[in-house]
Amino acid sequence: MTINFFNVRKFYTKAALYKNVQLTKDRFPYLKRGSYSMVDSTDIEYFKNLLGVNNFVTGEEVKSYNEDWLKSVSGFSKYVLKPKTTEQVSTILKYCYKRGIAVCVQGGNTGLVGGSVPVFDEVILSISAMNSIISFNKLSGVLVCQAGCVLENLMNYVQNEGFIMPFDLGAKGTCQIGGNLATNAGGLRLIKYGSLQGSVLGLQAVLADGQILDCLNTLKKDNTGYHLKHLFIGSEGTLGVITKVAIQCPNSPKFVNVSFIGLESFEKVLSFFSLVRKEFSASLSSFELMDAVAIKSVQKNIGIKCPINDNLKFYVLVELSSDNNYISHSIQEFLEKALDEELILDATVADQPSLIKNLWKIRENIPESLLRYGYVYKYDITLPHELFYEIVPEIRKRLKNLDVKAVCGYGHLGDGNLHLNVATIEHNVEIASAIEPYVYEWTSKYKGSISAEHGIGFLKSKYLKYSKSNLEIDLMKKLKNTIDPKKILNPYKIFPQDEIN
Amino acid sequence: MARVLVGVKRVIDYAVKIRVKPDKSGVVTDGVKHGLNPFDEIAIEEAVRLKEKKIASEVIAVSCGISQAQESLRTALAMGADRAVHVEVPQAQYDTLLPLHVSKMLARVAVDEKADIIIVGKQAIDDDSNQTAQMTAALLGWPQATFASEVTVADGNVLVKREVDGGLETVKVKLPAVISADLRLNEPRYATLPNIMKAKKKPIKKLTAADVDVDLAPRQQVLSVEDPPIRQAGSVVPDVDTLITKLKEKGHL
Ligand SMILES: Cc1cc2nc3c(=O)[nH]c(=O)nc-3n(C[C@H](O)[C@H](O)[C@H](O)COP(=O)(O)OP(=O)(O)OC[C@H]3O[C@@H](n4cnc5c(N)ncnc54)[C@H](O)[C@@H]3O)c2cc1C
Ligand SMILES: Cc1cc2nc3c(=O)[nH]c(=O)nc-3n(C[C@H](O)[C@H](O)[C@H](O)COP(=O)(O)OP(=O)(O)OC[C@H]3O[C@@H](n4cnc5c(N)ncnc54)[C@H](O)[C@@H]3O)c2cc1C
Repeated sequence: MTINFFNVRKFYTKAALYKNVQLTKDRFPYLKRGSYSMVDSTDIEYFKNLLGVNNFVTGEEVKSYNEDWLKSVSGFSKYVLKPKTTEQVSTILKYCYKRGIAVCVQGGNTGLVGGSVPVFDEVILSISAMNSIISFNKLSGVLVCQAGCVLENLMNYVQNEGFIMPFDLGAKGTCQIGGNLATNAGGLRLIKYGSLQGSVLGLQAVLADGQILDCLNTLKKDNTGYHLKHLFIGSEGTLGVITKVAIQCPNSPKFVNVSFIGLESFEKVLSFFSLVRKEFSASLSSFELMDAVAIKSVQKNIGIKCPINDNLKFYVLVELSSDNNYISHSIQEFLEKALDEELILDATVADQPSLIKNLWKIRENIPESLLRYGYVYKYDITLPHELFYEIVPEIRKRLKNLDVKAVCGYGHLGDGNLHLNVATIEHNVEIASAIEPYVYEWTSKYKGSISAEHGIGFLKSKYLKYSKSNLEIDLMKKLKNTIDPKKILNPYKIFPQDEIN
Repeated sequence: MARVLVGVKRVIDYAVKIRVKPDKSGVVTDGVKHGLNPFDEIAIEEAVRLKEKKIASEVIAVSCGISQAQESLRTALAMGADRAVHVEVPQAQYDTLLPLHVSKMLARVAVDEKADIIIVGKQAIDDDSNQTAQMTAALLGWPQATFASEVTVADGNVLVKREVDGGLETVKVKLPAVISADLRLNEPRYATLPNIMKAKKKPIKKLTAADVDVDLAPRQQVLSVEDPPIRQAGSVVPDVDTLITKLKEKGHL
C-alpha cells in the first residue's frame, strides 16, 4: 500500500522563501572584486564544447545557484559548469587557472555560512552531476564514490548492504558528500562515530592548476608521510575541488531506540545528560537539545506537533544504537526512574522505525521552521557544557526592544555544540550589530569556537580571529598561497578580503 | 453515554522493508519491528476524544491475534483506552485468519461488552482487506459508516463525513453502529511514558476463539506470496522532443 502517513514525506530541503536576495556586493559595499578575468565568448565556447550544452547552464536557471540556502547572500554569476568526471574538472581548472578566471565550488548548496555561492561573478563549478557510487566493500565497509553523491542516497545504498554512513545531518536530502567533507560537517551522530577526519580514509582532489591529487586510500591504516587528505577536509573549496571520497561505514546497529524528553531547567538537562552518558556510554549515538522556542517554531511553521507536553522549557532527543536488544527495556526503566525522581517531566520512547523517523523530524525541521519567519542570524558555537545555554537568555536580553520573531538555542549538546538562532522578518543592521561581534567576543572569552561545524565561508571570515591566533592564520594563508597562488578557488572565503590579497 | 469498542491489529511497521520468505509461504515477521496498524491508532484516538468530550463512557480496545498483540493493546491503553480484551489466536491459526473470522469475534465481543459504537481502521496495512468494518456491521445487523474523516455524535445518531471521489459525503446512522476510520479523521497522540506507566495497571481480559464461539478453520489456502516485479531502471532524456519521440516509438502516444 502506498499511503503517506502524516508527515512521512521525504526530508528534502531547499531554500524556503521566494524573495529577492540583496546582492552581496551591495550589502557589503566595501568589498572589491579581485582582478580576475571576465568570461568571454571564447571561454563560453570552450566550456560548452567540453561539457555539452546540457551541462553548461546559463540564463534564468543560474539564479538558484547564486543564492544560498539561508537567502542571506547572492552572487551574480552567469555560468554554471557541471562536469561529470574528474578529468573534466581538471580540464576546467587548468583552463581557468591559465586564464585567471575565479571559480566558486558548489555542492548541494546547503552550507550556512555563504561559502557555496559566488560573491561577485565567479564561475560556479557545480559538483552535482558527479553522482556515481564507485564501489562498496562489504568486508571492510569502505564506500568509494564521486563527491556529488547526495548523502541520503548514500545512506540508502549502504543500508541495503547492512551498513550506515558514519554521520547524519538534517540537510541529508540535498547536501553532497563532497560538500560535507569540504565543510567537515559534524551532525547528529558525531558523539558515537567521531568526526569525518576519522572516518574519511581517502579522497581525490583537483588542485587549482588542474593537477589531480590522488589520496584515494581505502585502507584503515596508512602512515606514509603527511596526511594531505586532512588539508581538504574543512577547506571549504579554497584549496582544491574534492572529486572522489573513500569513507569507512560502520555496520548498522541491530537495535535503535529514540526517546523524546521534556525537562524544566537547563541544570536538569545537564544532570540528565551526565546520567545518560554514565548508563549508556557505548550506545549513545545522539544527544540533541531543543528549547521551547525551537519546538514552538516547528509546531507553528511546519505543523509538526510536539509528541509530549508542549509547555516545558527544554526538550532532548536521545538516540541509542546497539547490537543488544536490551537497550529498549533499559532506557524505559531508566526514564521511568527519572520521571519518578522528577528529573524529567514527560517522555515518549520509540523503537519502531516509523516513530523514530517522526521524532527525528522535529529536530531536523528546526532550521527550516525558523527560516519561515523570513531571515535567520545563525551562530554555531562550541562551549563548555556548563556555559552551553547561558548565551541564549543573554542575547534575548540584548534584543528585548527590537523586532525579533524568535531567539532560540538547540543543537548537539552531547558534543558541546550550540546553535543559537535569531529569526526576524528581514535582515536588519541594528539587530545584526546588537548580536555581532558580541556573541563572538563572548564565545572567545570562554575559549569556545565561533564555528563548531558550519565553517567560516564568507559570512564569518571577519571573525576568524576570534578562534585562531595570528600565527595560525598566517600559516593557513601560506598554505593557501602555495597550493593556489593565483587564488582562483573560492575567493573571498575564509580569510577576510584585505588579509589574503 | 456510549460504550466504544475499538479494534486494533499489530502489523509490521510501515517504515520496514518487507521481505518475502524464501519458501514463498508468507512474509518474514521474525525479528521485524511491529506496531499498531496506523488506521487503528486513528480509531483509538477518535474513541478517546469521544470520551474526553463526555460522549463515550468507556473505551475498550480489542485485538484478535498472537500473544504479542498485547503490546498493541498496551499502546492503546496508554493512548487512553480504559481496558482491553485480547482474543488469543495461536500462530498456526493466525496465519490463515481472515477478516470474516475477526468480524465474528469482534461482533461477539461487542455484544458481550454491550458496546454502542465500534470503531475500526478502514483497513490494516498488511493485508489491505478493507472488510472488517463492513462484515462486523452485517453480522450484528448494525448500520455502518465507513472511511470516516469526521465523526459527530448527537441524540443517538452519528454524523460521519467520508471522502468520496467527488468530494465529501455526509451520512447519518443510528446507534448502535460501526465506523471505520480514514487517514484524515485525526492525528493520533503519542503514547507517553507517564501514560504507559499508568496503563500497566489497566486490565486486559484474555479470551480464546472458543470462548466467543468462533470456528477458526481456514477458508482460504495461500498458494504463493511473491515480491512485486522489479521496476526497470529509467533513463534521463535531454529534452521534450526526445521524450515524445521515445513515447511514440514505444507506442504510448
Ligand atoms: C537543514 C540543515 C541542517 C544542517 N545540519 C548540519 C549539521 O547538523 N551539521 C553540520 O555540520 N552542518 C549542518 N548543516 C550545514 C552543512 O555544512 C551543510 O549542510 C553540508 O555539509 C554542506 O554540504 P553541501 O553539499 O550542501 O555543500 P555546499 O553548501 O554546496 O558547500 C559548502 C562549502 O563546501 C564547498 N564545497 C562543496 N562541494 C565541494 C567539493 N566537492 N569540493 C570542494 N569544496 C566543495 C563550497 O565551496 C562551500 O564552501 C545543515 C544545513 C542545513 C540547511
Ligand atoms: C615494543 C614496541 C611496540 C610497539 N608497538 C606499536 C604499536 O602497536 N603501534 C604503533 O603504531 N607503533 C608501535 N611501536 C612504534 C611506535 O611508533 C613507537 O613506540 C611510539 O609511537 C613512538 O613514541 P616515542 O616517544 O618512543 O618516539 P621516538 O621513537 O622518540 O620518535 C619517533 C618519531 O617521532 C618524533 N618525535 C618524538 N617526539 C616528538 C615530539 N614531541 N615532537 C615532534 N616529533 C617527535 C621523532 O623525531 C621520530 O621521528 C612500537 C614500538 C616498540 C618498541
